[in-house]
Amino acid sequence: MTGVRYNYGTAMLAAFEYLLEKYPEVFVIGQGLWSPWYVGNSMTDLDKKFGAHRIIDTPVSESACTGAAVGAALAGMKPIVVHPRMDFMLYAMDAVVNQAAKWSLMVGGQAGPGLTIRSIINRGGEQGAQHSQALHAWFAHVPGLRVVMPATVADARDLLIASVLCPDPVMFIDDRWLYDLEADLPPVVEYPLALEGPRRLREGHDITLVASSYSTRLSLEAAEQLAQQGISAEVIDLRVINPLNLDLIVASVEKTGRLLAVDGSWSPCGLAGEILAGVAERVAPAALKKSPARITLPFAPAPTASVLEKAYYPTAAMVVSQATKLMDKAC
Amino acid sequence: MLAQLRMMLKIRLAERCLADGRRERLIGGPVHLGVGQEAVAVGVAAELRKTDRVFGAHRSHSHVLSMGSSLHGLFAEVLGKDTGLSRGMGGSMHLWDQPNGFYGSVPIVSGTVPLAVGAALAAKMQGGGDVGVSYMGDGAVEEGVVHESLNLARMLQAPAIFVVENNLFASHMHISLRQPKQATARFAAANDIPYEIVDGNDVVQVRAAAGRLIGRARAGEGPGFIEAVTYRWYGHVDWREDIDVGVNRSAEHVDAWRRRDPIARLVAGLKAAGLMDEAWLNSLEADIGVEVAEAWQQALADPYPPLSAITSRVFADAGVAA
Ligand SMILES: Cc1ncc(C[n+]2csc(CCOP(=O)(O)OP(=O)(O)O)c2C)c(N)n1
Ligand SMILES: [Mg+2]
Repeated sequence: MTGVRYNYGTAMLAAFEYLLEKYPEVFVIGQGLWSPWYVGNSMTDLDKKFGAHRIIDTPVSESACTGAAVGAALAGMKPIVVHPRMDFMLYAMDAVVNQAAKWSLMVGGQAGPGLTIRSIINRGGEQGAQHSQALHAWFAHVPGLRVVMPATVADARDLLIASVLCPDPVMFIDDRWLYDLEADLPPVVEYPLALEGPRRLREGHDITLVASSYSTRLSLEAAEQLAQQGISAEVIDLRVINPLNLDLIVASVEKTGRLLAVDGSWSPCGLAGEILAGVAERVAPAALKKSPARITLPFAPAPTASVLEKAYYPTAAMVVSQATKLMDKAC
Repeated sequence: MLAQLRMMLKIRLAERCLADGRRERLIGGPVHLGVGQEAVAVGVAAELRKTDRVFGAHRSHSHVLSMGSSLHGLFAEVLGKDTGLSRGMGGSMHLWDQPNGFYGSVPIVSGTVPLAVGAALAAKMQGGGDVGVSYMGDGAVEEGVVHESLNLARMLQAPAIFVVENNLFASHMHISLRQPKQATARFAAANDIPYEIVDGNDVVQVRAAAGRLIGRARAGEGPGFIEAVTYRWYGHVDWREDIDVGVNRSAEHVDAWRRRDPIARLVAGLKAAGLMDEAWLNSLEADIGVEVAEAWQQALADPYPPLSAITSRVFADAGVAA
């Protein structure tokens, strides 16, 4: 069966259209929804198609909009809050961390806000420290919140749908550096988010690369280049980082004996470190041929100067070089 | 008043230069230009001194230049050069010139508003009669932290001057789509803070209002709030006038506001009063043009920060023993 051609952005647009058509309780609220500028091609003309009462562009009020979405969710709606940059969402932390994530437990599991918070990793272009952050690890630290990071075109559409249909609060994090990815997609099949987790995107037997979102793209590119050097890399895309299911990763590392975690954020207390720790706890030392390693950002806020920015973000070449080192018998 | 004319012209020509630099892709990052809004910062800064504490936001070229910062430092920063105001680490949206009273600008909307209150509180504790100044836009008042800051400043009687540049837009959205009333000074009234609403394209009016409110604050009488109604000629970001963050702008609106050019108005007033003539203006413009061009050329030729700057500037105390 041949599907319809999408890119990562239009795949999310398709998810929005699917949800808004089928579920009257879905509405979208956030900044820039009536301007194609903030959210790329992922929300084009939704306001025209579904009306400004369901596609709500807002004042510059992240905290109130997010809190209002939590309340609307408790009252039976399925809101999607959009934060065009993750950095802007920091004004909304109480609604996310104290309210949404804890509601179910605080009321004995009898009610919970089924809202989706879509926040976008939007970096580069010399925009600097407050317009660049990838804070997914913070949210993976919080119980009660599901955190989803699509790396593929199919996941951009289908995980967004699963997030919105999930009765729990979900942080859905997409990345502007993925919007040009293209793929053919079959018709939508709804599935429960709670059953989703890491997926193997490439099979290999020498080394396991674990990543999410844009880092998955880098890892796939790196695996391609490694194959040309005769190194067979397995690539696991995390997809859902909270709650994190390590089974697939553990099985893979038991097979390859080598682990390289790649993450587009900082190292300390971060996602890559969590992968390494989980593997260290669960894989027998004898099964490891090398100490696991990670690739992350330098431990510094993003600089603006072009030369510094270029050196700051991880590349596929860095993954190749680190993976090659892990293969080296001498070290 | 000639000093204010000179400063407004300097800011105008500097921002025109940045618009060209961005269009020609010599500037890699975004620039939020305030052409048309020069009278606000220039009017306020005319009442400030270097020991005051000024904070800005994403559209702050005028705020920093009006405090006496160098064109070269601004240009170099926008180009990401080591010689820039923030040593190339911040670009147009993160400016710093504390020696001249400019404590910093950042792009998180309203992020610096409570910082300005704190700097004002420090001034009160330090007893020198200095003030904190918080420049923000009409969009910024939609953030909750602004309301906390107004209330806090009033309760602490901090010498904080809130300056709202109400240019009627927050990126693509007109204020009528975001707020039930267009006068943001209603929030000052709600917090019992003295306020003045002024024509932000009239530097004389802005300065007079600033003088009164800053005078009160210096005398220990607490915060003040200025709402300056104005308009930006360029779109929200970068050099285009016709397209504003993906939305077509009404040429009619822009033209109407162009006719209220704060510089042309001051020029007309000064000419009518016999304080200057066309020849004097032309030579002033030519002088500033040369100043701008020289600063730009120097900034272009300057070096980028070293790669080590990525991690060596994270802490003010780099941990190196003296
Ligand atoms: C917390 C936060 N939310 C959203 C944005 C995106 N943003 C940048 S500028 C801007 C509009 C601000 O409007 P206003 O305060 O009126 O300032 P102006 O651009 O008119 O000078 C917005 C929404 C941001 N930078 N920070
Ligand atoms: Mg504005």
